[in-house]
Parts: sequence; C-alpha cells; structure tokens
Amino acid sequence: MNTKVSYYPGCSLRGTGREYGESAEAVFKSLGTELVELPDWSCCGASSAHSENKGLAVEIAARNLILAKESGLKDMVIPCSACFQRTKVAEYELKENPQAYPDISYNSEVNIPDIVSFVHNKIGIEAIKKNVIKKLTGLKVVSYYGCLISRHPKITGAGNFENPTEMDTILEALGTEVIDWGYKTDCCGGSLAISQAEIMQKLVGNLYDKALEAGAECIAVCCPLCHANLDMYQKEISKRFKKNYNTPIFYFTELIGLAIGEKDIIKWLKRHLTDPIKLLKEKNLL
Amino acid sequence: MKADTYKLKDFSSFTKDIINVSGEKINNCYQCRKCTAGCPITFAMDILPHQIIKYIQLGFEEKVLTSKTIWLCAACETCGTRCPNEIDLAAMMDALRQRALATQYRNRIGEKGTSVFHQEFLSSVKSNGRVYEAMMMAKSRMRSGHFLTYLLRGDWIADIKLFIPMLLKGKMGMLPHRIRNRKEIKKLFKKFAIGRKV
Ligand code: SF4
Ligand code: SF4
Repeated sequence: MNTKVSYYPGCSLRGTGREYGESAEAVFKSLGTELVELPDWSCCGASSAHSENKGLAVEIAARNLILAKESGLKDMVIPCSACFQRTKVAEYELKENPQAYPDISYNSEVNIPDIVSFVHNKIGIEAIKKNVIKKLTGLKVVSYYGCLISRHPKITGAGNFENPTEMDTILEALGTEVIDWGYKTDCCGGSLAISQAEIMQKLVGNLYDKALEAGAECIAVCCPLCHANLDMYQKEISKRFKKNYNTPIFYFTELIGLAIGEKDIIKWLKRHLTDPIKLLKEKNLL
Repeated sequence: MKADTYKLKDFSSFTKDIINVSGEKINNCYQCRKCTAGCPITFAMDILPHQIIKYIQLGFEEKVLTSKTIWLCAACETCGTRCPNEIDLAAMMDALRQRALATQYRNRIGEKGTSVFHQEFLSSVKSNGRVYEAMMMAKSRMRSGHFLTYLLRGDWIADIKLFIPMLLKGKMGMLPHRIRNRKEIKKLFKKFAIGRKV
C-alpha cells in the first residue's frame, strides 16, 4: 500500500537540518508513505514573523496551507516542529477569527498531524517492527520532544503534552533501550542560539547533564532547531562549563533508518557536528 | 474567548491595545506565578512573566516595552499551557514586541540582538521567499551588538569555526534557495508594512 501525503520540508531541512529531510523522506518511502513536496512552498515565518506582526505571521504560513489544499491530498507532514507549530497557529487563527483574514479562504481542509504521531499512528508500530532488520539492541537513548511539537495543545491538538510517549514507543520498537527522564519537553532556546548564545548554552548544557544522569548515551530529537542547538555547539558548551560533552544527537528518523537498513545512513550521520558514528560502531550497530 | 468581552474603558490605551492585539484575557491573571515557575528563561529576564502581566494591568508601558524580557521570551509556550486562567503569555509577548516596534520605544529596545535577528530573518524571507540561513546568521551575529566588540572580542573567530564545518558537511549552501513566486511574498510584506530599520 502506498499512501501519498503532502510534505512541507521548510527552510532548515534544506540547510542545517538537511539530514532530517533526507532521512524522513527515505524512511517514509520504505514504510509505504510517499512524501509529495508542496510546489514552490515558502518560509513559514518561524519565530520572527510572529514577533513583528501577527497578520504577516498568519498569512505567510497560510500561503502553504492553500498550496496543501490545492494539492488535493488529505494529510500534510511537516517534520520541523517550528514550521509545524506556525502552520498550526495559522490554521487555528483562520478557524477562530476568519473575519480578520478576509483575503484567505482556508477552512482546515488539510489534516496536519505532527510527524511523531504520524509515524506512530498512521505508519504504525507494527509496520515499523516488521521492517526492522537490525535491532538497535543496547543503545541507551532518551527522547527529547522539545516545545513546539506539542505546545500550545489547543493549537497542536497534542494529548499528552507534559509527558509525551510516542517517540519512546517508536524507539522501543527499534530495539533501543529507552530511558525515561523529566526533560522531554524542556526548551532548547530555539532561535535565541543566534542572538543570545549564552542562554541557549545554559539550557542545552542542562539537557546534556540530565540525559547523562539518567544513563543515556545519546539523545533522539524530532526538530531541526533542537538538533542544531544540541549537536552543533557541544564543543563550545563543553568549554564554557568545563565539561567534556560528547553525546550524539540523532533524528528519530535516522534511528528508524538505521534499524530498517537504509543505505544512506552514513551520509546522514556524517553531517552531524558531534560524531555519532563512533558510538554506533562501539555498539556494533554500524 | 474574545477580548471584547472585557470592560476595557477603565484601562490605559496601552493595556487595551495589548489585550486587543493578543486576544488574551490579561485581566484574569490572579498572580499565582505558575507561568514564572515553569519558564526556562527567567534566569536571564529583567522582569518575570507574572510581573509583566501585572505591569500591563497597571499600565506601566515604558517599563514593559523597554524590558529585555519581551525579547528573551523563547515562545516555548510552557506558561500558556499551564496557566490556570488560560492566558497565553507568548501571544501577549508578541503583542508587546509589536507595540515596542511601532511606538517611540523602538529606539529603546531592551534586547537589541534578538530584535536584529528577527529583522535579518524577515529580510531574508522577503527577498527569497525562504530564509537563507548562512547569510541571515552571519548578518545578525555581526549586527547584534557593537561591531567593534564583535571584532575585538574575537566572536567572529568562533563564528568562522562553526561555519566552516557546516559548509563542509553540506549544511550551508553557497547560494540562497529562492521560490518562484517571490512577488506574492513581497506583496504580503508590503500589506503588513514590514521592512523596518532598527
Ligand atoms: S500562570 Fe496565569 S494566572 Fe498565574 S500568574 Fe501566570 S498569567 Fe497569572
Ligand atoms: S513562552 Fe516565554 S514567558 Fe512563557 S515560559 Fe516560554 S520563555 Fe517563558
């Protein structure tokens, strides 16, 4: 069975989060869902548009909603949590205050679940298990969901927003040893990484400490901004706090890809700034 | 719920504007401080989230609009999700930033770096339809404080040390991705009159 869904990659998945896009596209295909990229999609406005102008924030994200509606496909997948949340905010605003946006005709025609729920519910745990050819036995991992995949729940529709478990279930299905921790939905600082690097470093340093205290060897994420903040600055953060962090940060789609035997796995992992390959070799998983 | 269910006549124009633009029932706050308790950024803020709300209720416009807090809020939505009175403080922070930029307080932004970042981000989207991360990051880093400090403190060395591996690992293109229908995007920016200079 091959299902087609609309796909909004967003700017990060064509830049800093390239391996997220590549791994999501490959894994979805192998698991029977074709991601059909929205033609000529534009930026969702990210954290900047809503800081400057509410109307712009809604209407710029609405452009992509209209493209999705025109595609005629029922569902849309948006891997980046920030793009996902901004698009959901636009959907919510257009539904709650349509009179404020007379130029836009969109009435929640497209169903937009978050990517983790999509993999968990639509692709399904059984389908994943069936495709696993190499169990990721012995890999100790914590799932880090971040903020925007679930908050605000009135916008994302998330049920278990204080203690989400769907990524944990997916990673367990791959054979990993998933460790519970209390920082699943804490903030990584998002775009403050650029303007206020020290704030981001403090938040991320704390996440490393808590993940390591819990006994994890690596962290799984589902957002390119979380990945950038956790993966790219580890050396700088180590220097600042006089620690020696060296904790691989995986996109959950990369771990699925590893377990189901995607051939491009090395290519994705080589794009990380904190080397994940050494750990996987030690564990005989690569 | 709509903001117009309030009796707004007793409030200053500042208070009314923030309630109207954000759509949040700011006057319902009873200062339980749950927002502040869960906020990840309080250690860097000059005014705490529950205090911002109180100052808005009392009409302390200058104090709020020149604060660092309104720019440091990461819009993580922890507070709004937990507020017992369903006040979405992130939406309120947006309304505050927008008013700061639209009034005389634009020259007294409490945290210029973040404001400059948003400006550079949007200017990149305005010209390409998508954000060109490399250029946006470089420009906002250079402009976020004093350029001389940026040079003398050696911040540029750290930036180059980060940019080179990103370039080598294919995380950064040499050229922006541009969409075909850039006209439509420019029209939107024009409609909402975005193109400010800080
Ligand atoms: S959580 Fe809500 S009610 Fe409590 S102090 Fe914050 S804004 Fe006020
Ligand atoms: S949305 Fe802003 S104020 Fe609220 S918890 Fe997050 S950073 Fe703090």
